Amino acid sequence: MTKQATFFDELLGTDNVPRSPYSNYHEWFESEDIARLRKKSSEAEGFFRRTGITFNVYGQEEADERLIPFDVVPRILSSREWGRLQRGIEQRVRAINAFLYDIYHRREILRAGRVPVELIEGNDAFLPQMVGVSPPGDVYTHIVGTDLVRTGEDQFYVLEDNARTPSGVSYMLENRETMLQMFPELFNKIRVRPVQDYPTRLSRSLAACAPRACSGKPVLAVLTPGIHNSAYYEHSFLADNMGAELVEGSDLRVVDGRIAMRTTEGYKAIDVLYRRVDDDFLDPLNFRPDSVLGVPGIMDVYRAGGITIANAPGTGIADDKAIYSYMPDIIEFYTGEKAILQNVPTFRCSEPDSLAYVLDNLSELVVKEVHGSGGYGMLVGPAASKKEIAAFRAKLEAKPANYIAQPTLALSTVPILSKAGLAPRHVDLRPFVLVSPKGIDLTPGGLTRVALKAGSLVVNSSQGGGTKDTWVLED
Amino acid sequence: MLGKTAGGLYWMYRYMERSENTSRLIEAGFRIALTRAATSDDEWSSVLEAAGVREAYLARHDQFEQSAAIDFMLRDKSNPSSVLNTIEAARNNARLVRTALSRDVWEATNDLYLQVKAALARPVRDRDLPEVLNLIRQQNALVRGSTHGTMLRNDIFNFARVGTFLERADSTARILDVKYYVLLPSISQIGSALDNVQWENILRSVGAQSSFRWLYGTDVNAMGIAEFLILDRRMPRSLTFCASKAAGNLAYLEKEYGTRHPCHDQADALVGRLSATTIDEVFDNGLHEFVLDFLSDTSKLGASIETDYRFNG
Repeated sequence: MTKQATFFDELLGTDNVPRSPYSNYHEWFESEDIARLRKKSSEAEGFFRRTGITFNVYGQEEADERLIPFDVVPRILSSREWGRLQRGIEQRVRAINAFLYDIYHRREILRAGRVPVELIEGNDAFLPQMVGVSPPGDVYTHIVGTDLVRTGEDQFYVLEDNARTPSGVSYMLENRETMLQMFPELFNKIRVRPVQDYPTRLSRSLAACAPRACSGKPVLAVLTPGIHNSAYYEHSFLADNMGAELVEGSDLRVVDGRIAMRTTEGYKAIDVLYRRVDDDFLDPLNFRPDSVLGVPGIMDVYRAGGITIANAPGTGIADDKAIYSYMPDIIEFYTGEKAILQNVPTFRCSEPDSLAYVLDNLSELVVKEVHGSGGYGMLVGPAASKKEIAAFRAKLEAKPANYIAQPTLALSTVPILSKAGLAPRHVDLRPFVLVSPKGIDLTPGGLTRVALKAGSLVVNSSQGGGTKDTWVLED
Repeated sequence: MLGKTAGGLYWMYRYMERSENTSRLIEAGFRIALTRAATSDDEWSSVLEAAGVREAYLARHDQFEQSAAIDFMLRDKSNPSSVLNTIEAARNNARLVRTALSRDVWEATNDLYLQVKAALARPVRDRDLPEVLNLIRQQNALVRGSTHGTMLRNDIFNFARVGTFLERADSTARILDVKYYVLLPSISQIGSALDNVQWENILRSVGAQSSFRWLYGTDVNAMGIAEFLILDRRMPRSLTFCASKAAGNLAYLEKEYGTRHPCHDQADALVGRLSATTIDEVFDNGLHEFVLDFLSDTSKLGASIETDYRFNG
């Protein structure tokens, strides 16, 4: 129990008194019958299954459509807490876009010696094809999903910047929809800021980034790898709610210097393509020649100003885990301000001193692959067996530059509804940010992921995590 | 609309229609097996033929046998037209065109898939068969109902309807073809009890026993049934009805897009031929030949629609 006490509990403060953002909710909860809530909870599962909000887990053929478990207890942030996050995220996203522009143009930050050149040059996420290219409106990251964790009342850390094609926003929206259907009375009692206009905001934000070639109202389309992709539901959900076409590579081709989609009435040009396909697969003529998910020649059309690709190709260099540790410098370099949100202290295993420290302290650290994602290929030291640590040590020694290490953070907890009532579980938070020449737009809410297993710190859905609705309160 | 989306809608509704038609054929076959004293295994041969899967069945089975035939048509993964496969294909197409569907239609389709998949997880016992067949039709009806109640009447709707009616026309035509010998006048004049059962069965396999009685009373005869299934404009599964509906929906597309394609000429020609035909002419020239011509026409029409509206690039 002593160890438990070191985690920040977002619901209960000292002497088990609910913290102020939760006080109204807690009062409501106390008056509710647990059996009714549990029944609601299983209704929610039926709702998700009918809606088809499923995801595919790679490498598990039998269970190819699984639900991400949903927990009915919301994660609540006060207006003040949110305000600070908002300033911090906006600052960070502004810096990321300035960094990307710089890296693909004059490279002042490299010349100033604030970021090592070899970190960019030797990095697979850096696209030479983007050098000298200015995306419409100079926007690189149209959509960012910043991963945050909390360790105390005012302590938030940015874990990852997700500047490529962040997913999960459909869960933010469907979770809210589910809560509204299940507990309408709660929303009468507590004033929660809406998230439901996200697709409209997204569509406006993307339309504001239309390319030079666009005449008239911009035509938007969402590019998906297809129905077997794990996030297909989200792709169709967003296209549907934006009133955009959902296209695959096989629907597209270059026609008269534009990217056009095959319609029942012939080919029609697209102005802004919200692609949910990775850089590598975007254009078989410019990147992976074996890709059938992209459009041959799209990079040439893009460079000529014939289409906007969101996010821009090559943004991955900004959320690369090797770059991550330089983010505080990057923010200061471009904004002239100190970073509002903290970075997690990070050991770069490419540096001999750091590597030595990491090897000595594997059981205390989280070690991640520089290019990994989805919780794969990482070691959570405190939760790993001796055997797992030994196996990981060998991988680390073989290719140290491939890894970074961070201290295990004491992630905050928010309760879930368990059989016995409320039980604390670790959470993280991914708010979604939209960028256009008109400004940076942060939807008040986000995706809260929760580790459903008691004590677990891994919140990834592919590793047994669930989700919660995230409430930002009105003032 | 994307050509791929138009194709997805067309096939989604074709596959759903096929799953429903197969369930009706199984019901009719099951029913006749219960009411006939003699061996019903020949009957299953013609049921499989009407479902268009007789060859595929024989590739896996040596003889016609009730439980094998039913299982093949309901659940067999190797049979592309099994209820399970067609409903899965319908749902995959629905996922593909998710943005073109109302939430109600998508959820009804997903529910159809989830419920039928659960009901067909294991071989269906005889005593559960009526309930399972009923479930398939009910869930199909929910999709159809929400389609009518919640979808815009635009090109999306038209492609869905064209798919529905071409599939249905195909199905009715195949039933006629398999059973044409029962409907031939020379045999019908005998009017034995056996023929009555056969005729009843034909009506059952298109779900039209009571609508036939409503129109013709109990005066069941082969010529009447053939006319009902081929030319009757009131009968929602007759060849004329299906062809007119398909042509009508294509005409809406012509109007909406302002372009006339080869498929429009073909559809209009087909409808024209049907309306100029009498049932006597059909029998004089040969019912079997008539049905073969019809099947060939609808198959060409389907191919033209795919090309004209760029389903596949």
